[in-house]
Amino acid sequence: MSTQQCGRVLIGKPGLDGHDRGAKFIARALRDEGFEVIYTGIRRTPEEIAAAAVQEDVDVVGLSLLSGAHNELFPAVLDELKKAEAGDIPVIGGGVIPAEDIPGLKEKGVREVFTPGTPVKDILAVFHAAANEHRKKR
Amino acid sequence: MSKHPALVEWEEKVLKKALDKAPEQRKEFKTGSGLPAERVAMPEEIEQKYLDKLGFPGQFPYTRGVQPTMYRGRFWTMRQYAGFSTAEESNKRYRYLLEQGTTGLSVAFDLPTQIGYDSDHPMSRGEVGKVGVAIDSLADMEVLFDSIPLDKVSTSMTINAPAAVLFAMYVAVAEKQGVKPEQINGTIQNDVLKEYVARGTYIFPPRPSLRLTTDIFAWCAKNAPKFNTISISGYHIREAGSTAVQEIAFTLADGIAYVKAATEAGLDVDVFGKRLSFFFNASSDLLEEVAKFRAARRLWAKIMKERFGAKTPQSQMLRFHTQTAGYTLTAQQCDNNIVRVALQALASVLGGTQSLHTNSRDEALALPTEDSVRVALRTQQIIANESGVTNTVDPLAGSYYVEALTDRIEQEASELIAKIDEMGGMIPAIEAGFVQRQIEDAAYTYQSQIESGDRVIVGVNKFQIAEKAAPPVFRVDASVGEAQVQRTRKLRENRDNARVSSALEALEGAARGSDNLMPLILDAVRSYATLGEVCGVLRKVFGEYSDLKSR
Amino acid sequence: MNLHQPAELLAAVRARNPRAIGRAISLVEDGAPAAEALLDLLDREALPAVVTVGITGPGGAGKSTLTQQLIGHYRGLGRRVGVVAIDPSSPISGGALLGDRIRMMRHATDGEVVVRSMATRGRIGGLCASAGAAVRLMAYAGCDPVIIETVGVGQAEIDVVRLADLTLLVMAPGLGDDIQAMKAGLVELADVLVVNKCDNPGAEALAMDMEQVARERDRLLRRTCATEGRGIAELAEGLETALAKSSESGELARRRQRSREAEVLDWALEMMRPRLSSLLRDNGPVRGDPRLAARNLLERLCRSAADLSNGISKEST
Repeated sequence: MSTQQCGRVLIGKPGLDGHDRGAKFIARALRDEGFEVIYTGIRRTPEEIAAAAVQEDVDVVGLSLLSGAHNELFPAVLDELKKAEAGDIPVIGGGVIPAEDIPGLKEKGVREVFTPGTPVKDILAVFHAAANEHRKKR
Repeated sequence: MSKHPALVEWEEKVLKKALDKAPEQRKEFKTGSGLPAERVAMPEEIEQKYLDKLGFPGQFPYTRGVQPTMYRGRFWTMRQYAGFSTAEESNKRYRYLLEQGTTGLSVAFDLPTQIGYDSDHPMSRGEVGKVGVAIDSLADMEVLFDSIPLDKVSTSMTINAPAAVLFAMYVAVAEKQGVKPEQINGTIQNDVLKEYVARGTYIFPPRPSLRLTTDIFAWCAKNAPKFNTISISGYHIREAGSTAVQEIAFTLADGIAYVKAATEAGLDVDVFGKRLSFFFNASSDLLEEVAKFRAARRLWAKIMKERFGAKTPQSQMLRFHTQTAGYTLTAQQCDNNIVRVALQALASVLGGTQSLHTNSRDEALALPTEDSVRVALRTQQIIANESGVTNTVDPLAGSYYVEALTDRIEQEASELIAKIDEMGGMIPAIEAGFVQRQIEDAAYTYQSQIESGDRVIVGVNKFQIAEKAAPPVFRVDASVGEAQVQRTRKLRENRDNARVSSALEALEGAARGSDNLMPLILDAVRSYATLGEVCGVLRKVFGEYSDLKSR
Repeated sequence: MNLHQPAELLAAVRARNPRAIGRAISLVEDGAPAAEALLDLLDREALPAVVTVGITGPGGAGKSTLTQQLIGHYRGLGRRVGVVAIDPSSPISGGALLGDRIRMMRHATDGEVVVRSMATRGRIGGLCASAGAAVRLMAYAGCDPVIIETVGVGQAEIDVVRLADLTLLVMAPGLGDDIQAMKAGLVELADVLVVNKCDNPGAEALAMDMEQVARERDRLLRRTCATEGRGIAELAEGLETALAKSSESGELARRRQRSREAEVLDWALEMMRPRLSSLLRDNGPVRGDPRLAARNLLERLCRSAADLSNGISKEST
């Protein structure tokens, strides 16, 4: 069956904010790029996001958060993935995230963090690279 | 040439009454260089078409405004929304604002409160006190309004799904101050339908949510007649990516659903209709926005009169609050946002808003600094006092372009509303994902235009410069959350838990039936049942709503 | 756990390891080389005969909400539930938005609910094969029942739903022309008709309309309001009734046989396709009548049937 696909991506919204305009835009842009995209909807716990990523066997997890709880919730998703023996799935973050927080998040294992105004082609390129790397290891 | 009889009638009945009640701010209004400024500029010859479409300000169909003298009588209310971490902090700030002569408060709640979770709920992790104040129980509400006389201030609360609970806490605090419900005034947002399509802080499925809404309408009509029971909001629909037409259509369709639910519950449209207010977005296309506000007024007046048989002018009038468009603010070259906000604020004033919040230049980065909040407020004051646009009512009326746009927006919004009617109304349209899909498609188109450069955003995809690193941002201390958790745990230990249980049981029984829930929610909050406990009972009975799939 | 070792992977599936179940389905879906070995191993296992329920209907009828409620119902009975949720791929990009999961997130952390989203990937054949294999893997991992949910718009999706023991057609008022189009073809396939959103205007009229259809064709009709969970227990009971009836009359056995055949055919087509392509390419530019050329191609394929089976066993090692 078809194997020339870009990969499977899960777009998750941890935390309680309902601002999903960005998450939905990225989900669609990834679809139009050829990815199979699973969107979790808003208000998900790190546990739920990790469990869904594992069941769906995705190549990348993208997280979007605008409420300011990223320092707590992004690493929590990473932890949950590790607990589910899925620490190898790369995680990419985005949202209203102060520049000063980004190095700390990367240090904890977030592969890349995008802030408002980033051109979508830059974001897609990072998803492609992460998915390719992950698929190679499969 | 003699005056048109309709004009004579308006002058004698509507205008005179308004002037007798409250004189205009000046005896004479003049342009910047001293020419006389007409109160209401009109066509040389008044025709029936003019009367049908525009009419006179303060008169059906209200295209030209809801008051006959508009800002010559009084400027709009300059209301700035603000949120703080704890009840103590917020209380301090409110008291300071009141000392400075403010009479209206605007409360921002944190996300757990808005979704009916206590601060120690697992879902609240990382969110306590982040975007507003955390309120878990009446004890917190008592602190929030400590030494603030609730018979004197008007309080606006941005609360939706659990509005009944927070409103009950407000009533209960008033009682403790010896203030009766009929003395309190203010507004609760209480617009849950837009939460499903745009803002996301829903709890229950639509129908039980609407029951809570109409329970509040009914309880307030009897007990708190001065309180605005709802603020039907298009703001967040636009922020989620809708067009101007969609913003109007979906907001008024939400309005139709509320009015229908209330009339079906036996309420009088001419009583609760007066307490409906609206909340719109002011975006950057200045003339389209002006046309949007005018079209919305005309359309709503017709809906209330023709569909629901509203007779009193107040229940036909669309009164609205405006906030400038947050989604247009850029993190790049953020001083440019001052100009964007000024244009948007001007649009809302030219469109006849009743109150206005102007965003601050740095809000794309973080919570605003005090300096930038001041500039935002000064922007409103410059428009009010220097621009001259307040000297005359509905200044853009009669512009070929603006009138054509007004007609077009009204027509397209009507068509969209008709489509929603065909689907059985707003709730079925939401459940089928129709509204969400329309908004998503518009948002996708907008963003794609920015990506392709077809839509220019100054400083983002054109006229960029290399910028220094962003300035340090405002942070809510992490200890705020922990302290609040401890406070609520202690409360649960020290209150009369038998009383709490019996109040919650009574509420559960009533929720399964059809009685008005407000008195039972009031009893529960008086017993210091927490927000999470009250909502927990309702969650058990009503179930929870979950997001629709997107396509 | 070594996800690269078929035997170990399959053992982990049996042990209900979520990562293993997810990966095993991916391998099959992608037609990965390792899938052959995995499926060969699976074929040697005794698979429990689990109940499969197909759910289809027009977009906006509330299928995923209904699925979510059925999951809740079966969980209440202590059963382990599998769900295969199918959404169309974009014909242009080949990508897909798999959105049904949103409604099932409520069960995300319940280890006894296994959900897998699948895109149609624009395949002529293959979808049934993938979905069928996913169902068997879920059954092997202890799920019973397994629900297959699709948007019933294309032939591929309809074929998939027909794999199930029971097919449920979900309708709702206010969806306009869609439903008329659906009624014609899908009603014939459905064992149980569901009028969802029974509180909405027009629901009563639709239900009366469908009652007539149900009577004429001896089908069950149920009304639900899935957002509030009403009518779900009655629906589940209806499913039991329909299943018992089908089992008694021998229809269930016939249907299982038929769906097995459909899957075989699908697998066969799927296996043949790459070989046909390569035979075609090897033969140089096509000349003459395409239909005749196709017949020649098939003949050549038959002649090399032995090579074909050799080829498969080579791939799996």
